[in-house]
Amino acid sequence: MSISATLSTKFSQEVTDLKEANGQLWGYVDKRAVKKVCAYLKNDCGFNILMDLTCVDYLHWEEKADRFEIVYNLYSMKANERIFLRARVSEDDAVIDSVDSVWPAANWLEREVWDMFGIRFTGHPGLKRILMYEEFQGHALRKDYNYSKRQPLIGPKN
Amino acid sequence: MGKPLPADYNTTETRSMLLNIGPSHPAMHGVIRIIAELDGETVTNIDTEIGYLHRAFEKSCEQGQYNVALPYSDRLNYVSPLISNVGYCLSVERLLGIDTTDRCKYIRVIMCEISRITDHLTCVGASSMELGAFTVFLYMIKAREWFWELVESVTGARLTISYARVGGLKADLPADFAEKTLHAIAETRKVLKEVEGLLNSNRIFYDRMKDTGVISKEDALSYGITGPFLRSTGVDLDVRRYAPSLVYDRLNFDIPVGEHGDNLDRYYVRMEEMQQSMRIIEQALRDIPAGEVTVDLAGQSVKAYQMVDDAKMGLTRGMKQVAVVADPTLEGSSGAQHANVYSANKLVALPKKEDTYGNIEGLMNHFKLVMHGHGIRPVKGEAYVPVEGANGELGFFVVSDGTDKPYRVRVRPPCFAIMSALHKCLVGDQVADIIPTFGSVNMIAGELDR
Repeated sequence: MSISATLSTKFSQEVTDLKEANGQLWGYVDKRAVKKVCAYLKNDCGFNILMDLTCVDYLHWEEKADRFEIVYNLYSMKANERIFLRARVSEDDAVIDSVDSVWPAANWLEREVWDMFGIRFTGHPGLKRILMYEEFQGHALRKDYNYSKRQPLIGPKN
Repeated sequence: MGKPLPADYNTTETRSMLLNIGPSHPAMHGVIRIIAELDGETVTNIDTEIGYLHRAFEKSCEQGQYNVALPYSDRLNYVSPLISNVGYCLSVERLLGIDTTDRCKYIRVIMCEISRITDHLTCVGASSMELGAFTVFLYMIKAREWFWELVESVTGARLTISYARVGGLKADLPADFAEKTLHAIAETRKVLKEVEGLLNSNRIFYDRMKDTGVISKEDALSYGITGPFLRSTGVDLDVRRYAPSLVYDRLNFDIPVGEHGDNLDRYYVRMEEMQQSMRIIEQALRDIPAGEVTVDLAGQSVKAYQMVDDAKMGLTRGMKQVAVVADPTLEGSSGAQHANVYSANKLVALPKKEDTYGNIEGLMNHFKLVMHGHGIRPVKGEAYVPVEGANGELGFFVVSDGTDKPYRVRVRPPCFAIMSALHKCLVGDQVADIIPTFGSVNMIAGELDR
């Protein structure tokens, strides 16, 4: 059974909008079920590598119901398959479950998403900034963070 | 004789020591801070701090047009910038749904493999130097120099190359490229042989590399490690094999794997990968389709400035028929071979400079592609194309909102995953093992911190 059929039968409520594009599978996952689905994909479907975990800020996109989407880029070595799962996260409730316990690779990737987008991961062992310094105000990759804004640690503040 | 110790004196009290290495340390290449907790000479814990070279790459990419982000991608992995260039272009091309010419694909493969060789030469050379083998460093940098001269002859720069374009390449290969490359390969094979003679059975090198920085196959996979680092543990995962882009599926090459996942195996894997890359370059140079020179300029050409002056005076009769010889700085290295390496799709590819400066259609085409609010406009959507970087899977996740600027560019930096697993390699080893292990990670701060 193909992975998309497996997912849509086992998680008919949680995983939606599965579609194939360029040999890659894309789909949405309910953010409350993200850990469950990820653990299933890893343990039972062979998606053993979390290649990437990132976020996109869809501020002002009319067709997007929620502001943020977390993108999980999973790769299965055995089947040579790739799946991109996306979880919608709203601005008011910018919290999602951490998948650090499923793939330790998520540890730093989730720290980066927290650093750049300000999304909290519940269950993360040490959610602190990774690329920016702790004193940094705001989250730089959000679309409403101005590109020319400066926050120098030393010297005159503007 | 000193005073006897009091009876309740605890002579066995031990405390661990914190050793701070970096962000700038002579034995570390790249700015990174490692805080090691030591019990005597043994490392009991490692905390890695990154971000010292953060330059807001992803934010900067969102500010300009699609081709504007290209020069930034040079600065990701500055030891093999061509691979990041090509990787970014492949993702945007997937977004646009276009394909490039065969010759362009072959050139991209050749340039990527040259970059992989320079990257591995730097990595092996620098980490040998840190173990005291300075000769090896000099030999390898000598070999790298031959390849960088090749890169310079093709792209015009050694490091900040910006060679690829969405839909093609800036220019075709220079005339004597194949000959020079084959010569560089032959010389490099000799250098690698010399290096193997110096290192492989060198007691100091072998003892410091063998069984240090060990990572298990399971740990490497769960931390998302790819590239030579993963292959040293025995997993033959290579993007060029499992998701071949460009023309990798037409070329023969082996994927070297190690067994133990230690520093020595990573050294062996990198040495063999260079040989395989040279094999790929030789095949690609053999199979590359000859470019057709599309226009014959002989006999009816006019200098660009002359044409502009004539046009100012209204002398435009017959002007559309003549070809313009643009100034070499404008023309690039191969205006005549433009069609060999660049897409014919006018919505994506810049016209050749002779057209831009020589006729109104070319000028308008150029204008439509470079002015704000015009430019390349992929439909709304997203694309991710992985390529095999020198450190592992390198992928650009590009989101388009239908305008001429990328909405989001996310790069998956291969050494990010390796650095997040550094404690797995180092805990239990000695302090001195930090240096060869960190060397074999081949951390490139440019792509790690972006």
